[in-house]
Parts: sequence; structure tokens; C-alpha cells
Amino acid sequence: MQHRTPYGLRTVVWVSLGPARRCIHIDSKEGEVNRMTDLSKTPSGVHLLDERQSSIVRTQSNTANEISCDTNSVSGAVSQRACVYCGARVVLNPITDAFHIVHGPIGCASYTWDIRGSLSSGDELYRNSFSTDMKETDIVFGGEKKLAAAIDEVMAVHAPKVIFIYSTCIVGVIGDDVEAVCQEAEKKYGNRVISVKAPGFAGHKAIGYKMACDAILSLIKPFYVPDAPKKGVNILGDYNLAGEFWLVKNYLEEIGVRVITGISGDSSCQSLSKAPSAELNLVQCAGSSHYLANLMEQEMDIPWIKVSFYGVEDTSTSLLRVAQALKDPEIEARAMALIERETARVAPRMAQVRKNLAGKKAAIYVGGGFKAISLIRQFNELGMETVVVGTQTGKKDDYEVIGNLVSEGTVILDDTNPAELEHFMQEKGADILVGGVKERPLAYKLGIAFCDHNHERKHPLAGFDGVINFAEEINSSLNSPIWKYLG
Amino acid sequence: MQSMTPKEVSERSGLRVNPCKTCQPVGAMYAALGVHACMPHSHGSQGCCSYHRTYLTRHFKEPAIASSSSFTEGASVFGGGSNLKASVKNIFDIYNPDIIAVHTTCLSETIGDDLKSFIQDTPIPDGKYVVHTNTPSYVGSHVTGYANMISGFIKYLSVKTGVSNGKVALIPGFINPGDMREIKKIAKLMNVPFTMLPDTSGVMDAPMTGTYNMYPKGGTTIPDIIGLGDCKKSIGFGEFATTLGLEDLRNKCKVPFVSLPLPIGIANTDAYVMALQEIGASEVPYELEEERGQLVDVILDAHPYFDNKTVAIYGDPDTVLGIAALVLEMGMHPKYLVTGTPGDAFMTRGKELMAQYGIEDAVIKSTADLFEMHQWIKNDKVDLMIGGTHGKTVARAEDIPLVRAGFPVLDRYVHSYIPIVGYRGALALVEKIANALMDRQDRDCADEDLEMVM
Repeated sequence: MQHRTPYGLRTVVWVSLGPARRCIHIDSKEGEVNRMTDLSKTPSGVHLLDERQSSIVRTQSNTANEISCDTNSVSGAVSQRACVYCGARVVLNPITDAFHIVHGPIGCASYTWDIRGSLSSGDELYRNSFSTDMKETDIVFGGEKKLAAAIDEVMAVHAPKVIFIYSTCIVGVIGDDVEAVCQEAEKKYGNRVISVKAPGFAGHKAIGYKMACDAILSLIKPFYVPDAPKKGVNILGDYNLAGEFWLVKNYLEEIGVRVITGISGDSSCQSLSKAPSAELNLVQCAGSSHYLANLMEQEMDIPWIKVSFYGVEDTSTSLLRVAQALKDPEIEARAMALIERETARVAPRMAQVRKNLAGKKAAIYVGGGFKAISLIRQFNELGMETVVVGTQTGKKDDYEVIGNLVSEGTVILDDTNPAELEHFMQEKGADILVGGVKERPLAYKLGIAFCDHNHERKHPLAGFDGVINFAEEINSSLNSPIWKYLG
Repeated sequence: MQSMTPKEVSERSGLRVNPCKTCQPVGAMYAALGVHACMPHSHGSQGCCSYHRTYLTRHFKEPAIASSSSFTEGASVFGGGSNLKASVKNIFDIYNPDIIAVHTTCLSETIGDDLKSFIQDTPIPDGKYVVHTNTPSYVGSHVTGYANMISGFIKYLSVKTGVSNGKVALIPGFINPGDMREIKKIAKLMNVPFTMLPDTSGVMDAPMTGTYNMYPKGGTTIPDIIGLGDCKKSIGFGEFATTLGLEDLRNKCKVPFVSLPLPIGIANTDAYVMALQEIGASEVPYELEEERGQLVDVILDAHPYFDNKTVAIYGDPDTVLGIAALVLEMGMHPKYLVTGTPGDAFMTRGKELMAQYGIEDAVIKSTADLFEMHQWIKNDKVDLMIGGTHGKTVARAEDIPLVRAGFPVLDRYVHSYIPIVGYRGALALVEKIANALMDRQDRDCADEDLEMVM
């Protein structure tokens, strides 16, 4: 198997050497072997999967070799990846006053019940779990009637402006016409009942993001008035975890940018209905919302820019980019002032923490590529080195940027599994892992510190306050007294 | 929060709100983790596997290992046979478990995958095993899935050779590893040799060593599961979670069984000790008598604080019934017993229990949800709630102290280590209940009523 790098400089060759597979990195100079590592076995004796080897690369001379990504997981792998339904739910769930009804057996509703840590300034409706809890008879005779009854029961007690119906794996298989039930209900009640087709098997999480984006577009499009004056911005792909949307919103409002709504952090049907009047979309989590931003640009003429509010560097750059995109020198001046003030405010504490953290090695395993990029920059700001980077759904462009940001020898993984994470974190001597709930106990068991940068983050990690929180969290986990008693 | 819950209870036929159960596969995964060097395998979309692992990790704060067939559109049309075949090969090649325990999902059940023939057609390396169970998510609950996985192990593996091994088979209900340790401790104290299936102690409560073992030390070994067929008797703890396994072992290997409630509370633990005594024909050691005596002593000391306090208990059927038995022994008044798991036996057993204490007004319901329980509480409040994390919004909305017990507890630590079964477990639960009620009294009473000695 041979992979050409985008730059054509290096080649990675996987060769079979008898029973053990070895990865040999060959420099462009003919035949010169510059690294040879046995990738076939982890310290706990687990073999790495042959088919997975194109999803693992090591950087050389600051360029990521071509990685295989955006593919389906291998059967039998202990993948950390979720499904289409999960992706759809992640994006839509923070719409606080919507009814989110899961059409399917109980599990999918149970597992997603208020687990995201998305905060609301208003309604708490979204923090409940609604489903049709399908039974065997529904599988045999179809679930349409039950779904219609569920909608009727919601409407009898509440009058929500919008109901999302998520169809899970078996709904399509048994042939329920969910679209028809939704249309019928819309006619009957005059509200929005939006079908979100999200069978888990139809791909991975990123497909679900698209389904959710389509649902949001269907919700807001009727409010689009062509040629109406445009003012303010929407923030896409921020889910207000630990109140991060509020933090960013405060910065923007301070510099004179009106925030219309989060999509979907702390949003409501009311706030979303105003989204089409925005002059600019800011896309925070590109993985989930890049698609919606494109749709809104095509159909509502709203341009968009990528932003990231993780780390001093990215937060500052993003605020300036917003100001520049809005072409308002006053906003830019206020942004400069805010950046100067906040950078100076966080600097002393950062300098203190940096003393504790400098030289430590970090491993990153997160959902999207863009977050990984911000995290690498943040570790650089803290004087730390990123030695392992993995994402669940990173794209080729993301991996290229990552390759350019990290130092030589960093391991880059797409859709990795615990065995690989374990192997490479130990090989590279990682001191801390940044990841989500499934990775936390793994890190601890390996004697590696941990920071949750996912649903279970303990504090806001965005903006300048987030920089301090992040550094403090890394510091407290790395320097907990309990490590002394290990082993 | 929960301002949306109306006081008036209305009949619902289509909508489930705030469930008190989850689906079968997660229970099957938990049971499979209780077998040594076993890889639980989810035959369905990869999201299922990811959700179940996350759910278990959130409760146990431990890595929960499992693999997935990773269904695609193609598999959902043409069947998942090739996915399973590829999975089995990959799992043995890279993760090298001793056994793979496959469970199905709603998807693979609905498309009609025949796991038995898939497994027959799949090459399995020498000395390795692949077993399966059917866990359609639209039947029963996670407790059903747990029971089904136990049944799968027994059906595939247990063999009667005709030579008794002198052991008793212990089949625990859906409980924490700390509880399993306590049940084993009692058997050891009674000097009765046993095999426990499943046994998640040493797996889902593995100690910190600085190295990660995909297969920690704990779990029932395969030879022990095979040997279940030669046990002289089996004891199941919790009707909902263990009846199936007990019956399978009797049907396949002629092992007679005793079906006991989960040993939560004095009488239920007594029943377990007596069953062991009958099997082992041994005296109850002083150590157990002492534990029992201490428990009775403590409840007596604190009983004025428990007297007639009303309680709502929710969660898995066997656990709820067990906790109800304990609080009745403490002099408390269970008002609502709620489980999401279907089954009339919950009502029957619950009523029998209430009748013993002359309580007539308890509302006992299976296939119920927490939204409904909240409505009942709005109409008639209780002094205490006992159950898993999902009740916390109700507890907050109605300002009721909450004691966390059962599954899942997603928002606290240590719970999976401290037993609630056995005399020692009851003592721990009594302390939690007493603290919750007495902290509340300290918080709510007027300054002049604050007591230094209680």
C-alpha cells in the first residue's frame, strides 16, 4: 500500500514482514529508511488492525502524509464513533423550546437524554426525553399510528411551535412514512413538525449533522425575506456547552456586533426565525455546520466565515476576522481594545501556569478537525507539545493544517480505537489526553491526566476565560497529588 | 426546570416521556463484561455500541470495551452476515479475547439476521468461543437484555458431565460490581463453593495500576461457565434478571434452582443466607450474625427518623422491590414504586410486600415513566426519593431529598463500589437514607429547633 503525500515529498509504505506488520517510512531519497516502527502490537498485547493502517500517519518535516479519512468504520473495531442519529441530535438538541421526539425503540431516546451540557437562558423543554418507545407490535404493524398519537398527546397539553421527529434505524426498514405523518400533523395543528431521517446505519455522525442542518433550514427558510435589510450575525456550530455561547456573545456585543441567535446553542424557535436576517454567519464547529452555512449562503445570501474561540490566538484572530468581514473600522477598533485588555488580563495567570506545563506532552482525541487545530494552538501557547492527534470525523483539509502545526513525529489518527490510542499515547509519552467521556477512564488507567473537551466539560473553555479554565484544568489534572500514589 | 409537567395525569398511548428504562443491548453488554477476557459485540449500527459504552462508562467511571458490526446501508439491505464474519476475524486478530459475546440490536432483528447460522458459518480459532443472544430493543428493557445474555452463555457453553462439582451457581441480577463482591463474600463466609455468572467485579471496578488491561483480572472464566452444568444447585437474585438463566440451566443441565429476590434488606438477605445454609448444611458464622445484629441495632437506634416517612422508589424492577423491602423494615412508607421495565410480576410482588406491612395506598406500576411519577408526586408529595440520576430534576423541582441507588447513576462517584445488598450493603443504604432525611431536617428547621444531638 502506498500513499503519496499532497506535497509529493514523502511516501509511507506498509509492508508485510511475515506475521508482524511493520510501518516503514521511506524518504523521497530512494530507499533510505528514516523510521521503522513496529505498529502491529500495543503494550497490552492487542494487535493493531491492518485495514486501519491507512488511517494512521506520522508527520515528517511538518507535513502530514496522506491520511485515509471520512470512511466507514471497520467491522469488529472498537470504534469511538457514534452514528447518524447521534449527529443529528447533537445539532438540534439545544433548540430549547422544541419537542424532540425520537421515533424508535427506547434506547436512542434514553442515551441522549440531557447528556450534552447545552445550557439554556429560557425554556428547559429540550432537557426532557420524548419518544414513541416502539414495541414489537409496532414493528409488525408499523409505527405511524403511534407516532401520530404521540404528536396528538404533545399538542393536547402543549402548543410547541416546532416538533422534531427523529427516525432511528428501524423506522425506514419497517416502512413508516414519517414524512406523511409530519405533514398531516402540520395541517392539523398549523405548527412545524419536521422529520429528521436519521437511521444509524446510513453513515457516521457527519451525515447526521447534514440531516439536522436540512431540518434547521426547513425551519428558518419560511422567514427569509429577499432583499430585506440585513444586520447582525448568527453563530453556527456552538452548542452553548457550559455557557460558551454566552461568553462569545458577550464579546461580540461588546465590540458592537449584534448576535441574532446561536445555531443551535441557547436558541428558540423565536430566535431561529430571525436567523435569515443576518448579514454574516460565524461558523464555530465547521464539522457540524459548514454544510448549513453553505445552504444559507446559497439560499439566503448570507456569507460565512470560520471562527474558533478556543485559545488566545484563535479567539483574537476570530474577533478581528468578524470585524473585517463586517467592514466596520469602529468594530475593529473595539475588537483590538478588547483583545488587548483581555490578553493582558489573562497573561499573568497564563505565565504562572505555563511554568507548570512547559514541556509536557499532550494527546488530543476529539470529534472534528477544527477543534483539534485550535487545541494544538492552545497547547503551543502553553508551551506544550502535541504528540498524538486524532479526530472522529476530520476532513483531508483539517489533517493538512494539523500536519503543518505539529512537530515532526506526531502521530495523526482518523477514527481511532482505544487500542491505538493506548499504543501511541504510551509510545509518545503523552502526559495528558484531551477527549470525551469514553476516553477519560482509558487515560486514567494508563496513568495519563485528562481534560474533557466534550459534553462533560466542567467549565467554559471558550474565549479568554476559557483559556484560563483550560489551563487550570490541565494543570490540576497533571499535578493532582493522587499521581504520587500510582503504582 | 420541569415546569412543563402538568399536575393532571392524562392517558398516553403514543408518547413516552422521561423513561425509566433503556434498551436490551446495554444490559447484554454489561452481562458480557462480567465474563473474563470477553469482547461484547454489538451486531448493528456503530452508534448503538458507542452509546452503550458511553452509558456504562458514565455509570461505572470505567472503560467499557465492546466492538460493533458497524452496519452500513448495504448491510441493512442484504443482511449483516458478512459484517459479523469480518468482525469475528478482526476481533480475534487484533483484540485477541477468549470469547466474543454477540448481541443483536433493533436493526439486525428487524432485518431478520439469523445469528445462529452466521456463527456456524464463521471460522472460529481453536480454543476460542463465539456466543450470541437476541436482544431486540423493542422488547423488554436493559434488564431483559442482561437476562438474555446470561442465557446465551449458558445455552452455548454450560455442559453437564454427570459428575457434580459440588458448587452452587450464583446468578446475580443487574447490580453493581460492589454488590457482586458482597454476594460472593457471603457465600465464602458460609463456606459454600460457587461460580458466579456474570461477575463484573474486577472488571468494572478494576483498580488503578498505571497499565490498561483491555481484559482485567475479573469476570467469570469460560471453564467455570462450562462447569455451571455440574453445579448442584443454582440461586438467582432477582426474578426479572435471572429467571431465564436459572430455567436454562435447569432445562439444559438439570440443575435445580432457587429464585430469590435481590438480597436487599434484612429478610431478603436472610433468605439468601438460609438458602446457602440448606445447600452447605453449615452453621451461619458469627461474622454474619454480627453483621445482621449490627444492622438491626442501627435501624433501631435511628428508627424515629424513619417512622412513616413516605418514599418514591424508581428504577429496575428487582432493585426497586429490594429497596422497598428494606425501607418497609425501617418503618418507612413506600408510596410509589415505578419501573419502566414491563412485567406484571412487579405489581404482584410489590403488592405482596405492601400487604405484609398493611400498606394499601402504594401506587405500583411497571411500564411506567418518570414523567408519570412526577405527576403523582405533584398530587401527593413524598419525603424521600430513591433511584437513579434521572430523578434529580423531579427531586429539584419538588424539593425532595434524593438517595441515589440502582442504575444508572451518572452524576456521582463511588456508588458502584459500595454494596446495597447483604447486611453490610443494607447498612450503607440505611446510612444514606438517614443522612438524606436528617440533613434535610437540619437544613429546614428553624434556628431554635436545630439539634446538636440527634
